[in-house]
Amino acid sequence: MTNKFHIKSYSHIKSQTVSVNGNVIFKGDDADFPNFIKSAYKYLETSYSKFFKMDNLSKLAFLAADVLLKQESLSEEENNIALIFSNKASSLDTDRKHQKSIENQDEYFPSPAVFVYTLPNICLGEISIKHKLYSENSFFIFDRFNAEHLYLYANNLLQNNKAEKVLCGWVDFDENSYEAFLYLVENKGEIVHNTEEINRLYNLL
Amino acid sequence: MSELKEELKAKIIEQLNLEDVSVEEIADDDALFGDGLGLDSIDALELIVMLDKDYGIRLSDPKEGRKIFESVQVMADYIEANRTK
Repeated sequence: MTNKFHIKSYSHIKSQTVSVNGNVIFKGDDADFPNFIKSAYKYLETSYSKFFKMDNLSKLAFLAADVLLKQESLSEEENNIALIFSNKASSLDTDRKHQKSIENQDEYFPSPAVFVYTLPNICLGEISIKHKLYSENSFFIFDRFNAEHLYLYANNLLQNNKAEKVLCGWVDFDENSYEAFLYLVENKGEIVHNTEEINRLYNLL
Repeated sequence: MSELKEELKAKIIEQLNLEDVSVEEIADDDALFGDGLGLDSIDALELIVMLDKDYGIRLSDPKEGRKIFESVQVMADYIEANRTK
């Protein structure tokens, strides 16, 4: 199969650092994720009124996507950018919070605001709302980063004209351990879209 | 009553994660939904849980919330009249 598609840009969020195309654009000094992501959100002048209502996984995914998509000349009406995300921990961090609120029958007060995030793909909805993406989206759970699956799925969507671009990657959060790696695939770009390059970029930082 | 209103404003900010909003910025008669604080339907459900958890008031019909959550003043009046804890 010829490699007609390319990786245009990519982002990492890990170890208190946000980077785009391998260049650090924010370095935090707080090891606590909520404080780190809040500082990054403000420093990067991100604008989304619901950001602080999101759970940790959605904040991580949202910011990793936003630093890439804000570089694109997106329509204010509709954008055909598919989302293919994956992780290992699913929404376990938020699931635990919800479980804690319902485990005692005498103190049974589940929070609706927590409950709505007890699925990993909710983060895709947040990104889609912000950037007006009325397009294909999927969230997969794997034991480890699976470049081949992401590669095949993205290629399939692009080859069949199901999407103009595909934002792919890995966003994992569990108990203050976090890691995000997203990359944008389309026709144009410097980096060839193949599993070797995807794995190389994933391991870059 | 004044104490209860201040308490409600602090709880609304904390429980609904209203970043960059302070107690002083919420007037007693400010609309909580729509053009006011801009709360949404999930926030309304969160306020219903708060009424139950903190004040022992259980709303049988979520639609009741529409009127009760009009403003901090209306909420405080309702809580004063109906609280069981």
